[in-house]
Formats: sequence, C-alpha cells, structure tokens
Amino acid sequence: MEKTISLSSKGAVEDKVGSSNTVKEMSVKGGNRSKSFSEEFMRIIFTVCGFAAVAAVAAITIYMLIAGVPAIFKVGIAEMLFGTVWAPTAAEPSFGIAYIVLTSVVGTAASIVIGVPVGLLTAVFMSEVATPKVAKVVKPAVELLAGIPSIVYGLLGLLIINPLMGKLEMAIFADSETHVMNGGANLISAVLVLAIMILPTVINSSETALRAVPMHLRQASLALGATPTQTIFKVTIPAAKSGIITAIVLGIGRAVGEAMAIVLVSGNTVNVPLPFNSVRFLTTGIVSEMGYASGLHREALFTIGLVLFAFIMVINIIINKILKGGESNEK
Amino acid sequence: MKNSICQKQVRISDNILRFFIYLSAVISVGILIGIIAYVAIRGVGAVNWQFLSTVTSELKGTFGILGNIVNTLYIIVISLLIATPIGIGAAVYLTEYAKPGRLVRLIEFTTETLAGIPSIIYGLFGMAFFGVSLKLGTSIICGCLTLTIMVLPLIVRTTQESLKTVPLGYRTGALGIGATKWYMIRTIILPSALPGIVTAVILSVGRIVGESAALLFTAGSGYYLPKHLFSHVLKSGGTLTIEMYLRMERGEFDYAFGIALVLVVIVLVINALTKVITNSMKKSAQ
Repeated sequence: MEKTISLSSKGAVEDKVGSSNTVKEMSVKGGNRSKSFSEEFMRIIFTVCGFAAVAAVAAITIYMLIAGVPAIFKVGIAEMLFGTVWAPTAAEPSFGIAYIVLTSVVGTAASIVIGVPVGLLTAVFMSEVATPKVAKVVKPAVELLAGIPSIVYGLLGLLIINPLMGKLEMAIFADSETHVMNGGANLISAVLVLAIMILPTVINSSETALRAVPMHLRQASLALGATPTQTIFKVTIPAAKSGIITAIVLGIGRAVGEAMAIVLVSGNTVNVPLPFNSVRFLTTGIVSEMGYASGLHREALFTIGLVLFAFIMVINIIINKILKGGESNEK
Repeated sequence: MKNSICQKQVRISDNILRFFIYLSAVISVGILIGIIAYVAIRGVGAVNWQFLSTVTSELKGTFGILGNIVNTLYIIVISLLIATPIGIGAAVYLTEYAKPGRLVRLIEFTTETLAGIPSIIYGLFGMAFFGVSLKLGTSIICGCLTLTIMVLPLIVRTTQESLKTVPLGYRTGALGIGATKWYMIRTIILPSALPGIVTAVILSVGRIVGESAALLFTAGSGYYLPKHLFSHVLKSGGTLTIEMYLRMERGEFDYAFGIALVLVVIVLVINALTKVITNSMKKSAQ
C-alpha cells in the first residue's frame, strides 16, 4: 500500500486514529476492492429484485397458457367457447362455457351501470361539494369500504340481499310454472354485491382525477355565470374524463375478477344470464368446482381461468394506454 | 320581471343533480355504516373467550378459531419476510438505479398488471406452479409464496412513493461527501423512507388478512394448531377468511359472523395504524 497517504500528520485526525497504524483504508486514490465489490453486488441484487415483477407476470402468463390451452383443443374451440351445456361430470361430459362467459360480461356491465354513477357522484361530493371537514369523514369511510374482505360482502349479500330478492321472486313468478325458484340467489343479487364492491375503486380514482382539474377552469366557468352545479357537470367532469375512464376500467377489472363475494350469492348454476336466474360467473365456476375436479374437468376449469386472465390482460393494456395518453396530453 | 338579472333563477335540474350527489354520498357512507353495524350486532354474540382461544373440536362439539388465527399469522409473517425485501429492492432499483427507458416502463407495466390480476388467478397459478410443479401440495408455504407475488406490487408502489419524497439534496449531499451509492441508500435513503415502508407492510397485512380466493386451493383449510414450529408450514392451514367461507357454505352463519367481526376489527385497526403513520410522516415533513 505504498500509495496510501497517511493522515497521521494532521492533528485533528491523529486524535481519532490514535496510535493505531491501520489507516490504509483512508486512501483517496486506490480502488477499495471489498467496497467496490459490495457496491456491484448490491446493484445486481437490486436489479434482480426490480425484475421480479416481470418474472412473475411471465410465469403466470406461461402457466395459465400451459394449463388452460390443452382443454380447448381436446374439447374443440367452437364447442368449448360457444357450447352452452356445462356438464363436466356427466357420463358424456360437455364443456360449453358460453353462458359462463356471458354471465361474467353481463354481470360486470350491470354492476358498472349501477356502481359507476353512485361512485362518481360520491367522488364529486368529496372533491367539489363537501367542506373539507365533511370530506375528511367521507374519505376514511371509503378507504374502509375498500379494506373489508370480500368474503364479508359475500356473507352480507347472502343474508340481506338474497332474502329480499327471494321475496321479490316469489311475488313476480308466483304463477309461473317454468321458473325455478332459487331463494333469491340470482344475477341481480350478485350484481348488487359487485356494484357495492367496485364503489371504493371508482370513488378513489375519480376523486383523484377531479382534484387534478385546475382551479382556473372552475373559476372561469363560475365567472361566466354558470351555477356551481353546471360547472361540475359541464366543466369539471369533462375535464377529468380520462381519469374517470380509468376509474371505470379499474372497476371493470375488480368486478370481473371478484370470486368469493359472489360465489354463494349468485346461486351457482350454469344458466342464461337473466335477472332472476341462478347463474355462474367465470370466477365462481372455478371456486366451486376446483376442489373436486380432476382430469379434463380440471383442465377445463383452467381454461375458464385463462379466459378470465385474457379479460384482465386486455383491461390492463387499456389502462396503460389511457394513462400514457393522459401523460402525453399533459406535455 | 321574469328576465330580471336581479332575481336569482332557480334551476330545477341543478337541484335534482345536487340531490343525486348528496344521495350518492349518503349511500356510500351508509353502506359502510350498515355493514359494520350489521356484522357487529350479529357477530358479537358468537365471539367469546372460547371462540378466540380454542381449536374446533368435533369430539366436544365446540368451535374455536385459534388454529385459523395461528395459520393467518404464519401466512402473514412468511409472506412478508419474502415479499418485503424483494419489494423494497425493486423500488430502490426503480428510483435509484434504473435509467428511464423501455426497461423501467416494462417493470412498471408488469407491476401494474400484477396489481390488477384477480386473486382467483393467483390461486390457480399458485396451485399449478408451487403446488404441483414444485410439489409443495396444499400447504401453508404454498399459500405464502402465492401471496408473496400478490402483495409485491403493493409494497413496490408504496415504497417507491416514499422513496420519491426523499429530497434530492440528501442524495447529492451524501454522494458529495464521498459516500458510495449502497452506503448512501443504506444510511440515508432507506431510513428516510422508513415510514412509507412500514405503511407498505401494514397495507400488505390488511390485504393478506382479507384474502380468500388465492388461498383456497393453495393453503387449504386445516385448522389444527402447529405441532412443530417449522414443519407446520408444510401442512394445510386455513386462514380466518377460508374458515369463514367454509362455515358459510355449511350454513353456520353465527360462526361466520363471529369471524367476520374479528376480520372487520382487524381492518379497522390496520386503517387506523396507517392513518397514524401517514400523519406523523406529514408532521415530520413539515
């Protein structure tokens, strides 16, 4: 270590270093090997961690494809996707998932139609109408709503919404001979539970979007003589459009993927998605049958999972596109 | 006088819209209050000391959730032990090391994607990958590994947010007086971002406690107490939510409401904790 510059001549340092001769690490020039090694090592560790998410998505995609695709070819693409009879354990098993897919689409759409207006207007209330004090009470409430486990929503749906629907069903179909009574476990019940469950998602994202609208837009509108309500609906909401669309798409993602809250509420028989029919969603089909499925039945359930996964990926790509579009608009 | 500008015109449509805005807010808050009240009223009768401190016994015909509580703790601790370092590492990489570009966009896109994947898909993946391919079967460790991936985006994003709030001056200052990058991260960046990291961990605990679909086919539904501390992770173990689902399926709603009450209380505590931490963060920032 001839390059080492001894600092012992400097009084201040000498006191601290004392009489010890081990001052070689004070080199200002030399590369400290162990240090540069740990630097490099940690850089690699952090990089690996950074790519963990990429690896996870890749692994999930590959596994869903490996597990879900074989059944499609064994059953036949047309038969599976457009077949309406789901009888996996029958003597002559049939694996048509058309009604299941249709139920998920219809159920999600209906829950969006109910949940988004309520959610959006609550967001409007929090960011435009309420005084800061009131908003401070509403916001934690919405956060709590998001935190409540989905299974709890399921329990309440089962014990509150189902009996109500059951009564309604009795009243409407009292004389019908073709209708199968199912005690209120039907599409409407599931849609109502889903509509409640997407509320926090929709409220949070659209509130953020509304708060991001510049104040001068509102001021200009008010100065022109528009009432506060007109300003909200004609200026603020249109200005926050892209954020609100993101909120809706996030809500769709949440509704499509929800399983445990609606598995017992929806009745769980494969059926045409009509309001008072007991129905089965993509998610609830997997939950209720995976426990005992084997062989081709099990593979077909993975195919249902693959269809769900495809829906979610499309939704993610849409969100990504919207967010990117928003960024480039801001620039 | 109709067109006088002195007279304020009453717009009926305004009032109707305003009514709907208030109605929506009342519905949203009302649902929450309704849920908590209903669960509390129905559940409080089922919760007693025996309910919380014993294991279900078919022999004695008693019901208790202690086994499920222990399983939930196992899953929380193990999942977070794996997910937190990886998540923090990923956040550090994104904010401190990576240069903006295609790779960062890819990582951020996949993180968003992970956050959007529904838990039932995680359940299927966990069952096929950890359960079948890695031969872990239906076990607590299989559920833990599945949940690790599930909470990863939450930890990455929350940590990243708090890393971004560390002032640039800290970094330039540390590097300026000769600290190496890793030394700077270890001694300056991570301690400053600690409240954010703690928030991330608490939020993850909330997510894990409420999770059910991802655990149903990965961790299973066992409810016995661990015989050995470590071998228990290879056994099937149901969390509170799973037990609640099973009770619902059997129509034992009183027990289900008891567990629901326990879950809601946990969620309330977790929300309060995050509030306290973020408030103290804001105070120290000022």
